[in-house]
Amino acid sequence: MSAGNISTMDRVTVGLAKRYRKERRFRFFGLAAIIASLLFLALLLGSIAAKGWTAFLQTQIQLNVYFDPALLDVKNLASANYAALVKKSVYALFPQVENRRDKRLLAQLISSGAAYELQNMVVSNPELIGTTKPLWVIAAAEVDMFVKGYIPRTVPESDRRVSDKEIAWIDQLQAAGRLKKTFSTTFFEAGDSREPELAGIRGAAMGSLFTLIVTLTLSFPIGVAAAIYLEEFAPKNRWTDLVEVNINNLAAIPSIVFGLLGLAVFLNFMNLPRSASLVGGLVLTLMTLPTIIIASRASLKSVPPSIREAALGVGASKMQTISHHILPLALPGMMTGAIIGMARALGETAPLLMIGMVAFIVDVPQSFSDPATVLPVQIYLWADSPERAFVERTSAAIMVLLFLLLIMNAAAVFLRNKFERRW
Amino acid sequence: MQKIGLSLAAASLMIASVASPSLAADGRDSISIVGSSTVYPFAAAVAEQFGKTSKFKTPTIESTGTGGGMKLFCAGVGVDTPDISNASRRMKKSEMENCQKNGVTEVVEVKVGYDGIVLANSKKAEPMKLSRKDVFLALAKDVPDPKGGDKLVANPYSTWKDVNPVLPANKIEVLGPPPTSGTRDAFAELVMDGGCEAIDSIKALKKTDKNQFKMVCQTIREDGAYIEAGENDNLIVQKLETNPKSIGIFGYSYLDQNGDKIQGSIIDGEAPTFENIASGKYVVSRPLFIYVKKAHVGVIPGINEYLAEFTNDRAWGPEGYLAEKGLIPAPAAERKATAADAKALKPVVIK
Repeated sequence: MSAGNISTMDRVTVGLAKRYRKERRFRFFGLAAIIASLLFLALLLGSIAAKGWTAFLQTQIQLNVYFDPALLDVKNLASANYAALVKKSVYALFPQVENRRDKRLLAQLISSGAAYELQNMVVSNPELIGTTKPLWVIAAAEVDMFVKGYIPRTVPESDRRVSDKEIAWIDQLQAAGRLKKTFSTTFFEAGDSREPELAGIRGAAMGSLFTLIVTLTLSFPIGVAAAIYLEEFAPKNRWTDLVEVNINNLAAIPSIVFGLLGLAVFLNFMNLPRSASLVGGLVLTLMTLPTIIIASRASLKSVPPSIREAALGVGASKMQTISHHILPLALPGMMTGAIIGMARALGETAPLLMIGMVAFIVDVPQSFSDPATVLPVQIYLWADSPERAFVERTSAAIMVLLFLLLIMNAAAVFLRNKFERRW
Repeated sequence: MQKIGLSLAAASLMIASVASPSLAADGRDSISIVGSSTVYPFAAAVAEQFGKTSKFKTPTIESTGTGGGMKLFCAGVGVDTPDISNASRRMKKSEMENCQKNGVTEVVEVKVGYDGIVLANSKKAEPMKLSRKDVFLALAKDVPDPKGGDKLVANPYSTWKDVNPVLPANKIEVLGPPPTSGTRDAFAELVMDGGCEAIDSIKALKKTDKNQFKMVCQTIREDGAYIEAGENDNLIVQKLETNPKSIGIFGYSYLDQNGDKIQGSIIDGEAPTFENIASGKYVVSRPLFIYVKKAHVGVIPGINEYLAEFTNDRAWGPEGYLAEKGLIPAPAAERKATAADAKALKPVVIK
């Protein structure tokens, strides 16, 4: 008997080191997985931030603009030649440039957006005419890229988009203190543009906002109502089982399918406008509904039956039980589900492709029926553009989108921690 | 807590009822444009200029690809269909028939300029000097037996040196667009067909069996030498940088913008430069078109004015802002004729 005991102990001690080793290995694999995924995340975020942070800065050039009364007819300010005004001011900075070809090159240092800037200034304040003012105007994208160091001087002249002459002018401007990098308000205030220095994310951000408002106002009430009915009122029979299975399946359907459905129902059948954020919101509602229903049902289920029974026991009706006791307790969980559904809707592009929201849209949308695009689509469109300056804009737009997602997820965590009740 | 919950639900229901009136698309005040991703940057530049300088709204442009655009364009007449379709090739006869069938009887064709298709590699490697025959032999699925004879065999070449002894001994690895792309269609027609014609046995086939000729010439090998890189040309440029031995196929504007990273291969003795493509010396270039639905002119505001902006020399001329974006302008006489036709809204006849 005792001999048997010793041999068991021996076997245990012999195996012990091996078991500890196994455990350490197991722990190491888990840790390695976490470290690897953190590394990838850091690499991703790092490369995006490194490429994108310069997009928040914009190179500007100072011009002494003489608002020439000969060019600006007070009666017809909207159609005056503001580009000529800009050109004249640039030529004045470099009086030694006389060749016609060089002058053209010189005028290209300034973005075509500068003329619109002057136009807005003059139209809102006609008293400027006849005066001379020092003004900071937006530099062209190539100048911007050069100043930010994306176009190296060492490359042979024929291979870069900034010629030696332009570099000399830029150096002169820099020496005279007429060139500076400032925070780019254009990036946050403008809609899309084919000129990288004039392109901004406001149009896409407003489109995303309108789309999400439609999605939230439709999917949250419908989702919660569906969850309450299924959880509290619906009988348990084959038919409700079928509904439940289908809702779970819907949550796993690829989002492009919802886009095709939206195209068929909302555009072709109901004749809603193409590219509108209203339709985008409707399609994303279809996509997020199952997520919200599932989350809402789970949080209704987690309310203890004792609360339900106590309420019924003191004489509350079924409706009072639900609206006074169960719904308030389940709401934090429902809201978490809704926010996560919204975060997914914010990052979605595939279903919007079918309903015309993957488009070049310059005007910032003002209402639900205006043509609009959304942030992830804007990222895709910029990533596909040949101009070099769109690379940093792409990364910057990704940063904005990630920031919004982070805020939404943080809100979900905050709501859960603040209102969650544990039993 | 319970009050917050209830009022929240009530408020959201209220907004929901306000936010979703039945907005029918009965009236649209901005031009809707669909079509080719190659024409997209040029059309977008014109649209933006048009929106800023006229009293009209900026047109909406969707990049759907030439084929996808034609399908939407020909779906019918009415405000819920697009007004203009961009194309990186001419409209096909079948597409025109589809248009006619759906009531889109009069279509105006505007040839806006040319685009060169370039084969390029990284600056870190030597520039390639290719003939169209070399490209055909390197990329076709079936080629004439290298041991002699006219029989077609599955492509046996694995390096460029195998194809032509003067070329470097690099593995054949070409990154290019997928079959849905207009660039791929044009590449097959301009490069692969051209290469075919340099081989007598296949050239003879053209006279006897045109379909067979087309199949032999335009079928691209599927054993990994040709890599479909998706519609994103920037991605191809990035991949060329990391792998200097591979070659990429894309539109001229990407070469123009990335001249410090990549170089165009010389094809049949000519380099893909702006001047060579404009003069027609560089053979791999194709015309770009926009198609306008005549029935919409006057119904949707601004179509005439948009066409006028596009066909203005300050846009599509040799010194225009589209040349700046990489569009190769058509010769002056051709531009003049096209502009006149566009102004008169002369309907096109596709044979």
